[in-house]
Amino acid sequence: MEPKTGLYIDTGYGIGEALDIEALKGVATDEFKPAVCKAESYWSDPDKIEIIKSDIASEGLKAVVIAGSSPRVYQDVFKFDGVITERINLREHVVWCQPPSHEDTQMLAEDYVRMGLTKVTKYQDKPPFTEETVKSILVIGAGAAGLSAALDAANAGYEVFLVEKEAELGGWANKFSKAFTGEPPYDQLVDSPLKSKIDAVKSNAKIKVFASSRVYAISGAPGMFDAVIRPDGPWIDELNHKQDTWLKVQLARQKQAQEGGTAEAQTEEEKAAAGGWAVGEELALDFPHEKVRVGAVVLAAGWRPEDPAKYESLGYGKYPDVITNVQMEELARNGKIKRPSDGKDVNSIAFLECREENSENPFLNNSYVTCLVTLKQAKYLRESNPNGRAYIFYENMRTPGQYEKFYQTMQDDPGVFLSTGRVLGVSGDGAGLAVEVKDSLLGERLKVKVDMVVLATGMIPVTEDSAVVNLRYRQGPFLPKNPYGFNDSHFICFPYETQRTGIYAAGCVKSPMDFQGAESDATGAALKAIQCAELVSRGEAVHPRAGDQSYPELFVTRCTQCKRCTDECPFGAYDEKPDGTPLPNPTRCRRCAICMGSCPERIISFRDHSVDMIGSMIKSVNVPDEYSEKPRVIVFICENDAYPVVDMAGINRLQYSGFVRFVPLRCLGNINLVWIADALSKGIDGIMLIGCKYGDDYQCHFVKGSELANYRVSKVAETLQRLVLESERIQLFQLSIDEYGKLPDMINGFMDTLSQFDPNPYKGF
Amino acid sequence: MAGNKTILVVGGGISGMTAALEAAEVGYDVVLVERQAYLGGRVAQLFKYFPKLCPPTCGLEINFKRLRSRPNVKVHTLAEVQNISGSPGDFTVTLKINPRYVDDHTATTKDVEDCPVEIPNDFNYQMDKVKAIRLPYEMAYPMNLVADKDALARAKGDSAFQAFAQSCAAKGIKLNLDAQPQTAEIKAASIVWATGWRPYDATKLTKLGYGTCKNVITNVMMERLAAPNGPTAGQIVRPSDGKKVNNLAFVQCAGSRDRNHLPYCSSICCLASLKQATYLREFNPDAQAHIFYIDLRAHGRFEVFYEKVKQDDKILLTKGKIVNITEDPTTKDVILEGEDILSGQKIRRTFDMAVLATGMQPNTSVDKVPASGVTYDEFGFVVSGPGIYSTGVGRRPMDVATCMQDATGVALKAIQDAVGR
Repeated sequence: MEPKTGLYIDTGYGIGEALDIEALKGVATDEFKPAVCKAESYWSDPDKIEIIKSDIASEGLKAVVIAGSSPRVYQDVFKFDGVITERINLREHVVWCQPPSHEDTQMLAEDYVRMGLTKVTKYQDKPPFTEETVKSILVIGAGAAGLSAALDAANAGYEVFLVEKEAELGGWANKFSKAFTGEPPYDQLVDSPLKSKIDAVKSNAKIKVFASSRVYAISGAPGMFDAVIRPDGPWIDELNHKQDTWLKVQLARQKQAQEGGTAEAQTEEEKAAAGGWAVGEELALDFPHEKVRVGAVVLAAGWRPEDPAKYESLGYGKYPDVITNVQMEELARNGKIKRPSDGKDVNSIAFLECREENSENPFLNNSYVTCLVTLKQAKYLRESNPNGRAYIFYENMRTPGQYEKFYQTMQDDPGVFLSTGRVLGVSGDGAGLAVEVKDSLLGERLKVKVDMVVLATGMIPVTEDSAVVNLRYRQGPFLPKNPYGFNDSHFICFPYETQRTGIYAAGCVKSPMDFQGAESDATGAALKAIQCAELVSRGEAVHPRAGDQSYPELFVTRCTQCKRCTDECPFGAYDEKPDGTPLPNPTRCRRCAICMGSCPERIISFRDHSVDMIGSMIKSVNVPDEYSEKPRVIVFICENDAYPVVDMAGINRLQYSGFVRFVPLRCLGNINLVWIADALSKGIDGIMLIGCKYGDDYQCHFVKGSELANYRVSKVAETLQRLVLESERIQLFQLSIDEYGKLPDMINGFMDTLSQFDPNPYKGF
Repeated sequence: MAGNKTILVVGGGISGMTAALEAAEVGYDVVLVERQAYLGGRVAQLFKYFPKLCPPTCGLEINFKRLRSRPNVKVHTLAEVQNISGSPGDFTVTLKINPRYVDDHTATTKDVEDCPVEIPNDFNYQMDKVKAIRLPYEMAYPMNLVADKDALARAKGDSAFQAFAQSCAAKGIKLNLDAQPQTAEIKAASIVWATGWRPYDATKLTKLGYGTCKNVITNVMMERLAAPNGPTAGQIVRPSDGKKVNNLAFVQCAGSRDRNHLPYCSSICCLASLKQATYLREFNPDAQAHIFYIDLRAHGRFEVFYEKVKQDDKILLTKGKIVNITEDPTTKDVILEGEDILSGQKIRRTFDMAVLATGMQPNTSVDKVPASGVTYDEFGFVVSGPGIYSTGVGRRPMDVATCMQDATGVALKAIQDAVGR
């Protein structure tokens, strides 16, 4: 067989007792003729590894196949330079879940040997993707987050371009009177928290600052992004408008597509915006600008204050002495706090929580930060006016971690009155303001007379109004938002992974944060940006397949311009050529192979993973004739979660039908319908797909793989009809990694369903 | 990368693993040291994460997968740092590496299920027993058995034990109770300290009944009780009589925000209780959960989760402080007493079981970093140290996603000292 292969069957772990090893070797040598075929116990032992190594040298092996334990163990041990290494899981997937010395167990093992040996014949020898890349970092925004990202990347030796829309660095810190720092002793306020950082950035030779500037466009891909930086001006509003129009048309189209039908663009402007974003359009850079090439991007554009106009019921807009917490910072910067209406000294302030009444999540944009700001501003009053009285009304005081001490200090201050309660309204009589509160600790319903009212308004991510990164991607200028409306990852386990590779969000574009939170978040984003630049320079994928050196290659001459790969890639890896064929950007690719599944022409493949490879593995399964009463089922499993589920079932020795054959995929979204057709036309009786949970709380590492698989499978009805087969023969299941206890019932239940049908009539064809 | 130096990460929980892998994927050599026999720390003992209610083992599997393909991370389990000397860029660290007392080929607990010796199961917070030789849990990394030397040494003379040892040998499992701890010295340019937290000792909360009332447990125990691989295989039942829990109370700020115990807010307990209330409701649709809190601290996007949980009319929320818990001597029901903050009324209610939402205490408040120049805040969290970077709950109370963010940033701080110039 080609490549020259050695098969090493492990007889340890009970495999030798449960299986007829000689018969297994016979299948391999008769059907595949590997150059070496040996059976011994525990090939992972150092002396056995030496045997394999000497075989590689003496026989000139190009591939080594180990049939024994799960590939989830001994991955580091079974690693031979320059040699394809393939694992066949005879332990967890055969002998630990099937009765020993049984005909069906033996047939299962034999099929896995066939599939594994077939797989190695389909590897292609291709070098990793390494074009010339750069490792410099673009940081957008020079507030607390952006300054930290820039400085921490520069201090690790990387060149940084820092873009700030204001003339001065520092962002909101420049506008605040004082700040809490999150440092011991936790209850003290400091002036100018970012001053030393701003100085350090300015004096760092590795950081080039573009002040009063914005990012006009980013094109390219990780390692080779081209960013156009342009002096701030009215163009940004025009660009935002154009992008919004494009988005509107896209959303209308999506909605229509879901409801069936098509949405036509209405106005000329919408028609102009209806095409793919930036498809075939050359950038006309007929204005002052600077173009920089960067490896990765940190988006730290920050926040803007919530529009207080909606708090009219709290007196905003009606009474000049009802102000926001942002306005309060300006007042406090001037020393003693004076009333906006008449300039008189302020002796009492009511601080009110802003509950956005029509919002499902009224405090989403406040988080814990506005609570801390309220306490801080009460302290401003108390420090500048010893007779000052601060009334704070709240529903839940949110001072997490060590900030609780700040809260305790304020509770101990006799001039600060803290009370839970719902504010009913604010009224004014010329002399002052009256706040009416219900459910208060101080009484059921009370009125407090104060000189001034401060509203604790929230922090809105600037990405709500603008793409900021202004990507020149076929999928649009925006970073996709998570279900909370923020520009970042929806993963607990990989908090920095956005749906645009190489672009990492940090700070208040992700969630309201205090200075300390934003700074440490930004340092993490800088690490991810550096890591991305390093990985792509080595031709490797980024998280979660970091280190994978395969990448998609397209046989474009057979492309029918259906655009499914371009539309379905969750990471926007494909742009479009003028002729409508996809333009892959390998460094944007996460190697999930969802595109490989989406392609009806089967023209997308990886060196170690292809439609032909999986199809050939399925075809190598031995299908007994219809009278044997031995049905065969192919189970496509996601290698991230479902594969460990099968392993866990084995580890717990859970038993289930021996008629199933597992085929791991990079993601369930990797499924190509041709494999289902291949399997059915070969006489396979049923197909299961097991992937992770989808929906709002999706667990798919590639965002929508299992959901896409479900969508695709719903479309195979036609194929089944053509073959005159029952639709229940194909089913998709969602399973979490810890639900291995459910696997036997899931498989056996599916076999029960199949038993109601006749065998697949295509057996033997 | 040539010229770069090694980074040492101490603590193999989610923060330490993240810091190690993030630095390694940039290209740095990392040594990761963990005191337990497995990686994953407290996260490995959680049933689900909030707010997505997904299994933490899914996230651990990603990290284990990353580790398996990164030979530039060297992992030492059952290891402790004894001493750190030197300065940033040039530390010398002494490690003590304890033996597993058993050698195997990635065996499982099923392979040693006939072990006659049992010990209290620390993984399940001692709610059940476990074989003295076992795989720490199904997904344990590394996938190797570990033996309790002392328990086995006591059984050495028993014929049952000797027969067991022989059966092990036949399976390729070798007991080695005479193995000795090893000492190793390593050079590191910088050190990430991620030794995490311990649940606050609930027996110190003398009025809240832990240890005296059978049906008062802590929130970390509740995670194990609900987990399919926990002591009851996921049955949420009372410790006193094994009866299904129908009426469960959660007592928030059990020790936290309390100047006599943990004066700070542990940040995650409100969300943990909201999450655990959903465990009960899913396990037993007739059951009711009642959460007593001072402030419901579901900040930022967690508010969405809070709003969702609140929709369940069998999850009750009362703004109130519980000050006393006693037990009905016959039924073993628990009686909670306290004050309703909004109405000012006294609370006195009976429940099947109560969960104390105990807070997180940094391990560094007890076990200090064995190096000079490290400073701590008044609660024992690490503030700073030259070339030594604290991350995760050793720095401040935080949830899992924040730990990962923090640890990713700290990896860059550590790289700054290790970069080859």
